[in-house]
Amino acid sequence: MNAQVATGRFEAEDADAWFGPKQVLRKVNLMIPERRITAVIGPSGCGKSTFIRCLNRMHELVPGARTAGRIRLDGENIYAPDVDPVLLRRRVGMVFQKPNPFPTMSIRDNVLSGLRLTGALDRSRAEAIVEQALRAAALWEEVRDRLGEPGVGLSGGQQQRLCIARTLAVSPEVVLMDEPCSALDPIATARIEDLLSELKARYTIVIVTHNMQQAARVSDRTAFFLAGELIEVAETDNLFTYPVDRRTEDYITGKFG
Amino acid sequence: MHPETRTRRRNERLFRLLCLSCLFLPLAMLVWLLGDLVVKAMPRLHMDFLSGYPSRRATDAGVLPGMIGSLYLIFLTVSLAMPIGVGAAIYLEEFGRRSRLAHLIEVNIANLAGVPSIIYGLLGLEIFVRVLGLGRSLLAGAATLALLVLPVIIMATREALRTVPDSLREAAVGLGATPWQVVRQVVLPQSMPGIMTGCILAVSRAIGETAPLVVIGALTFITFLPDGVLAPFTALPIQIFNWISRPQAAFAHNAAAGIVVLMGTLLLLNATAIYLRGRMERIQKGTH
Repeated sequence: MNAQVATGRFEAEDADAWFGPKQVLRKVNLMIPERRITAVIGPSGCGKSTFIRCLNRMHELVPGARTAGRIRLDGENIYAPDVDPVLLRRRVGMVFQKPNPFPTMSIRDNVLSGLRLTGALDRSRAEAIVEQALRAAALWEEVRDRLGEPGVGLSGGQQQRLCIARTLAVSPEVVLMDEPCSALDPIATARIEDLLSELKARYTIVIVTHNMQQAARVSDRTAFFLAGELIEVAETDNLFTYPVDRRTEDYITGKFG
Repeated sequence: MHPETRTRRRNERLFRLLCLSCLFLPLAMLVWLLGDLVVKAMPRLHMDFLSGYPSRRATDAGVLPGMIGSLYLIFLTVSLAMPIGVGAAIYLEEFGRRSRLAHLIEVNIANLAGVPSIIYGLLGLEIFVRVLGLGRSLLAGAATLALLVLPVIIMATREALRTVPDSLREAAVGLGATPWQVVRQVVLPQSMPGIMTGCILAVSRAIGETAPLVVIGALTFITFLPDGVLAPFTALPIQIFNWISRPQAAFAHNAAAGIVVLMGTLLLLNATAIYLRGRMERIQKGTH
């Protein structure tokens, strides 16, 4: 590994991905800067979710799925044979499309689940970790009096913030978000978007979204995918104002998608 | 009223009546059977019957060795079959999905569930009683019954594992859990009620089995309680079978009373399991 500090900077180099015989990512070259929010946009089936699932090596868990090329995290190829994907996923957390708190666990246990699952929980620090993670996910004030209640009893937006808290509790460097607001109402969405801008001070964030306004509102950089290829990546303001590629322009102006 | 409407309504009423009779007819027969049984059992149903040992005189005979034998047997059977069955189901569902071996095993398990129990008895006689040298013991009986109920437990457990949404497995994997941690801490707790259902079915099947126990040589007349897993034993169904086959009419009452005890034991075991399952379900729904 290089002498770089761990900051959560990703570099994809000729990244390919397949589901069985079907290639869903083609030669993607993309740098994701540390401690900023990168949005990945594109129409359904363009490979945007697959791309972020390659960043924490969850793509390969689907039977028949495989990848090629290199993806470096802080200079180290995460697909090198000596990299343990389990340890990688503790550095690269993920928030999913549908809120998925563990139904058998209370709010508190959901936050601690990552540490408990992996046996890394220091009991004396548990309460502090719970509060810290819930505060970071902007959920503490709403649930502080009922930490023992089940996580699935919360509203959809609260559940999603609980999932964010659960991800943050493991202290990752990167947080991947796969359309985290697509199952939420506009108010809950706004809360999560506010939260994102607070989180980028400490985490590298990659957010997949099919909502271009959301990408424009929250992200610093935006990458546009189409049919498995990265078409264009730029600072968000630039991409939405002066798209270079014709296809990007057609997509963001709503000509297709 | 339109004549067509009238015919249709009449037909619907008829159909409903038909369905209702389908429900009531077997139920009525069952109630009648049970009623008859309880009446026949009445003269023998007292504490002495529960705490007594077999005897040549019907009125002195008790069911204690059979009852204790059955309880031991069920306890051992579940202790053997549950870990193995749940383990096999976890392999098939969580690790072996799509593998050729898993498919092969799957087909065989479905077939095994339909094999007559006496065949299991013969298998148990050869493997456990003779080859492994367990003799005609509780352990040999329990191992045989465990084989018998294994398919039931495996299939119920697989069903239960399949109801755990993949999103929960993904959540755990995404947090950096190993496959084992995912199964142990997310999938198993979530599917516990379903697994319990499988065990209830297994207990219900095992407690009434007679044929395999006859084959491996459970005794019918013992005047002592088993003092370990290698002791000879008897079980309730064997005891009942023995009483029914006696020529003296008085033993028919003993058999009836034995059946009542057997059913009572079964109900008690199942009620406990259902209570436990209900508690787990409540914990899951979060209404502790």
